[in-house]
This record gives sequence, structure tokens and C-alpha cells, in this order.
Amino acid sequence: MGLAKRIIPCLDVDNGRVVKGVQFVDIRDAGDPVEVAKRYNEQGADEITFLDITASSDDRATTVHMVEAIASQVFIPLTVGGGIRTCEDIRRMLNAGADKVGINTAAVFNPEFVREAAERFGSQCIVVAIDAKKVSQEGEADKWEIFTHGGRKPTGLDAVEWAKKMVEYGAGEILLTSMDRDGTKNGFDLGVTRAISEAVHVPVIASGGVGNLDHLVDGVIEGKADAVLAASIFHFGEYSIQQAKERMSDAGIEMRL
Amino acid sequence: MNEVKKSVVAVIDYGMGNLHSVAKALEFVADENTQVVVTSDPAVIDAADRVLLPGVGAIRDCIGEMYNAGLVPSIRKAMAEKPFLAICVGIQSLMSHSEENGGVNCLDHFKGNALFFGEQHTDHDGSKLKVPHMGWNQVKQTINHPLWEGIPDNARFYFVHSFYVVPENKNEVAGTCDYGLEFCVALSRNNVFAVQFHPEKSHEDGLQLYKNFIHWDGKPSLANKD
Repeated sequence: MGLAKRIIPCLDVDNGRVVKGVQFVDIRDAGDPVEVAKRYNEQGADEITFLDITASSDDRATTVHMVEAIASQVFIPLTVGGGIRTCEDIRRMLNAGADKVGINTAAVFNPEFVREAAERFGSQCIVVAIDAKKVSQEGEADKWEIFTHGGRKPTGLDAVEWAKKMVEYGAGEILLTSMDRDGTKNGFDLGVTRAISEAVHVPVIASGGVGNLDHLVDGVIEGKADAVLAASIFHFGEYSIQQAKERMSDAGIEMRL
Repeated sequence: MNEVKKSVVAVIDYGMGNLHSVAKALEFVADENTQVVVTSDPAVIDAADRVLLPGVGAIRDCIGEMYNAGLVPSIRKAMAEKPFLAICVGIQSLMSHSEENGGVNCLDHFKGNALFFGEQHTDHDGSKLKVPHMGWNQVKQTINHPLWEGIPDNARFYFVHSFYVVPENKNEVAGTCDYGLEFCVALSRNNVFAVQFHPEKSHEDGLQLYKNFIHWDGKPSLANKD
């Protein structure tokens, strides 16, 4: 009995299409986010996250329509991240049916935006996304820093301190991505996941590096994550959400099966 | 003309934002004789067959907006006479008082208070628990009720909240949940039902609860078979 740990599939969406070469044999339009979201919903996903990587702001209208279409058919929580810079951006996504928005770079450049957003819309819908990289050398005490621009630009901000500050400013949840691990399939950076999860009182979603189902288990048990986010292991049909949940449940983790 | 008058479910819009998913979920389970209306018009609420009070955000703003929009008389009237469902902050708004925002007097339909879990909330074994209570937790049905029909006991529903309700009258508790402590997540009195979780985000079981609401006659017990 108790609160279940969550599995959150993440879709990168560019101009209304899922990218990263999603291939489902039995879905007519493999790149249609609505179809993909429905599929994950049927498999038992606990939430769905969309990362809007659309380059042009004109195309954001497409994202709004996509969120509307999904929210009319998929009745689990939806988070939309990417390009959220103003309260108007947030309002538009919430009105379209998103339950939470992810704020990333905008928080780094203007932390007050997080405070303003949380006061206006409530902490429950403000997810602060943190992209962290390990900066300590072998033999030194572990230290992680915040990076922007896809992990290319260092900010000098300590990741753990930053997470605490964001919670103080009103973040209701932290989406933590290890830029060292993202795309490697070597598993989460459990050190930074645990350090941040133990430092804050809000839920932490681990992201970046999942290559197999044991990595999801490790993220919760060793990383103390409240939720695990993954993209490619689900997109390519290597594993279903249901398989992931069963594996985690077998490892003694409370899951919604 | 054989047109049947549609049964209207009014979703109260008091300016606190996202009612899209509540309305969409109701529409998803509504039959052809049911019309879902999102409204801030007291006359529409007064004329509706069923009323749903959603809730998002902080309690002070919620209660404030209900009064500012002139909706409180219609909310009280609806609670006195027709099937009424409150969700999330909606359940908290029906209590006497909430600890949130430094203390806020609420609508006092159910005697009791909404309390904060606290930032140092712990599980029964002393381990740390995150606040807000966010995610899928099991709901124990403590009474039989038409709104629980077709939903398994201990089914999981989606929660996002930092405050929980403590009613004075334990007979009004319809469901509980465990998160460091066992607390009330559903309240029932006559034609009023209120839940802390979000049915519109709780997949099949949440949709079933909305479906039950659309067909509920407002009687608190399962229909007598005699």
C-alpha cells in the first residue's frame, strides 16, 4: 500500500511530430504524438512528458493544438516543456490541457520567473528542469554543475544548491537530466539523483541514460528518484511500459500495475 | 419533435484556470443525453441538473474568486438540492477552514479543517516522504456509494496536493489513503460527494467515477433493491 513510483515516457516533439525516429509497427503514423501518447497510455504510463524542441516560435501553435488533441483522449497527467519563457506561455499550455509545464533555461537566466509562475499557477504545475554535469575530478568530492544549451554552456551554478533554490522559489517537482549520461544508455547518474532527491522535499524525476530496465530500478532504489523518465527504450519498442513496471515491481518497488 | 431535454452537468469556472481536462473527461464518458457546460454564470449553475466544483491552485485565491464571481450562493444552493461533486482543492474549499496561505475560512459545508502535510513529512518507518503528495496512490473505499460503483477497492488515483482534509464527523468519510498517515480523500453527505484526487487524470477508474456521477440521482446509498 502506498504511493507508487512513476514511469514517464518522454516524447521530443518538433513542429507537431515526434522525432528520434519512433517506429511502432502497428501505429499508422509513427510520428504522430497523439497516436504515440495513446499507445503509452494504453500500456499504463503514469504520466507523459512532451519536450517541444520546435525551433521557430511560430510553430508553437502546432504544439498547443497537439496538447489539446491529446488532453481530449488521454486521461493521465501531461507535462509540456521546451520554450516556456513567460507566464503567457504557461497559461497557453495549461489552457490547452497540460497539467504541468517544465521550465529550464528560463529559470537559469531569470529565477524570479519560477517564483512568479508558482505564485500565479501553483507549485503543483511548475516542474523545473535541471541539466547537470559532473565537474569534480577523480578523487575529489562529487560536484555537479548546471549546464545550458544542450550541455554545452556551463553556468557555474552548483546543481544541488540550485535545486534547493528552485524549490524555495516554488518548483513543485524537479526533472533532473544528467548531461553526461543522456543518450549513452549507461544508466542514470545515481550520485546526483540521490544528492538532489535527499536535498529537497519535492518529487524528483530522474532522466538521462536509461538503456535497460535495471537502470530504472537503480534510479529509484539507489538514486531515490520518485519517478523515472525514459525515451528511446520505449520508442524503439525494446521494452513496453508494462514490462518496465513489472521489472520494478519485482524489485520491490511500489508500482501502479 | 422527439428531442429529449438534455441533462446538464455544470462545471463551475471561477477563473482558476485549467478546466479543459475536467470538461473533456466528462464529455468522454457522457452519453448523448448529457451536456457538459463550463460556466461562471450563477443562472446556468442554478438550472443545471448536476454540478461539479473543480479546484486548482491555492485556497485563498479559490475561495476569493468564488466570492468575487458571485458564485457562492449558487454553490450552496446546488449542494442543498442536486448531485454535486467537488474535486481536489474543491474538497478543501468545502471544509470549515484551511491552514494554507496563513489560514483561510472556507465554505463550511463539512465541519473540519484542511491541514498541511509539512515539509518534514515521514513514512510510518521514519523515512522521508516528499510533499506535495504527487502521483498514484490507492484509495480505500470506506463506504458503499453509487460513485464507487464499478471501481475496485484500493484502485489507484492520481493525486497532487500538500494539504489534506480532516472532517470532524467520521461518518462522512467515504474513502481514505495512506501517505505517512491514513487520511480522508473522499467525503459524502446526502447529494454531495468530494474527492481529493483528480478523476480526470486517473485513467479508467477516474473516468468510471465521472460516469457514475453523470448517472447519479444524488442519493448517497446504493439503490434499495426491494
